[in-house]
Amino acid sequence: MTLLRVEGLRAWYDLTQVLRGCDFVLDEGGVTAILGANGAGKTTLLRAICGMVRRTGRIVFDGQQIESMATEDVVRLGVAHVPEGRGTFGRLTVTENLRLAAIGRRNAAGAKEDLDRVYAYFPRLKERRTQQAGTLSGGEQQMLAIGRALMLSPRLMLLDEPSFGLAPQVTRDIFQILADVARKSVVSMLLVEQNAALALDLADHAYLIETGTIVLSGTSEEIRANESVRRTYLGY
Amino acid sequence: MHLFVQQVIAGLATGGIYACIALSVVMIYQAIDHFNFSQGEMAMFSTFVAWQLLAWGMPFWLVFFVTAALSFVAGVFLFKVVLRPIHNASALSQIVVFVGLLCIFNSLAGAIWDYTVKPFPSPFPQGNIGTTLVSGHDLGMIIVTLAMLLAVYLFLRFSTAGLAMRAAAQNPDSARLCGVRVLWATALGWGLAATIGAVAGMMVAHKVFLEPNIMYSIILYGFAGAVVGGLDSPAGAVVGGFLVGVIENLCGVFVPGGGELKLTFALVLIVAVLMFKPSGLFGRSVVRRV
Repeated sequence: MTLLRVEGLRAWYDLTQVLRGCDFVLDEGGVTAILGANGAGKTTLLRAICGMVRRTGRIVFDGQQIESMATEDVVRLGVAHVPEGRGTFGRLTVTENLRLAAIGRRNAAGAKEDLDRVYAYFPRLKERRTQQAGTLSGGEQQMLAIGRALMLSPRLMLLDEPSFGLAPQVTRDIFQILADVARKSVVSMLLVEQNAALALDLADHAYLIETGTIVLSGTSEEIRANESVRRTYLGY
Repeated sequence: MHLFVQQVIAGLATGGIYACIALSVVMIYQAIDHFNFSQGEMAMFSTFVAWQLLAWGMPFWLVFFVTAALSFVAGVFLFKVVLRPIHNASALSQIVVFVGLLCIFNSLAGAIWDYTVKPFPSPFPQGNIGTTLVSGHDLGMIIVTLAMLLAVYLFLRFSTAGLAMRAAAQNPDSARLCGVRVLWATALGWGLAATIGAVAGMMVAHKVFLEPNIMYSIILYGFAGAVVGGLDSPAGAVVGGFLVGVIENLCGVFVPGGGELKLTFALVLIVAVLMFKPSGLFGRSVVRRV
């Protein structure tokens, strides 16, 4: 079943057009990767889906048109965006960061369950639950950002460069947990990543974006086997 | 020593008022990054509304809560109608709007209730209590302001709405990504700030008498308290407010000629803090991991 359908999506920062008509679909379940070079529009694509930049076109999420909705309403429909740079609240404690994301949920028991689940995925966060988020390391902040997204009980997670600024070992741990989450729960993921090899390992589908348009799509194997992708993005 | 203790307590009483004003200033500052210069005039206007209700014969504590509630609604309304449209305007435009609001409230109060000085009743026992160290009104004022500050603290610290407000003030974009309705959170902050100011006004009006310029010096002390405590720390603003109250009172009594220089002390305090510890006593200088 199609969870997200994007048609003719254009997006701007002030007067600069970044997306020039993107079309793609994302099926329910599994991980889809968006690959592309710096400045191709990967981050903007995610920001456009959840209404953080000016955009036109059609975005249908779970049968509902969301292209003119405010960010908080898109989020409350079940789209959890883990932004580049993590966007955690430095002066709130770890628990407060997580509790905040459950704010739109009616079901308190479900939120409590999810909190336990997040702490089970990330024991490090549990150890530091009363600490201010600003004192966490980069890896821990990324864990917190992902945990916070899970607290929204989302249908779709938008992950923007989860490996950004992290040591290789930490990156491996985090991708391990993401794979775990994708396998165990019903959430779908749209993953933006500069590290194409890493992204293709996790994803089952991938799109390639170049200067604001989608130029290639396929399963991860097909994309990995593509000659020009291999040379440009995988580097061998 | 007797005089000293007496003056400290009197200082705490007015300090409670400064603490309230400082807190309302800091709450708005955190949410929108600017001083709301009209904060004092909003409180003055609320106090006049209370005075009018009292003049119509309503009992004090009923008036107290009705005025607090009306001020809350007015604060939310002010944000939604006046501040919302200029949300993304430059700092200078916003400040001009605040100064405009200041003049509007001041003249409006003058036009409706004129500029004659009006007595404002106290709900507390008259005269001094016990060993004559503290007047009934001062003690009542301290209790009311402390109770309110405690309530605000508990609200911000433990309630979900308080958490949403803190998050929206810290990082609006991230708050939206958590599903927080940031505009409502900010409006709630305006409502709370207006309520806190109204309570401060109703408490202090008995001491200084009511007229449209009542807040002229109090708002400066409130700013001083906010700066001393640290503009990003609500708790700091409260402590700063009390500190300013005590320092002002002690200087007024123990420094020769200090009575006339009370307001000057507040301003010297602002300048001194900005020179030597710009983040205030409790403020954090912002440190970021990169």
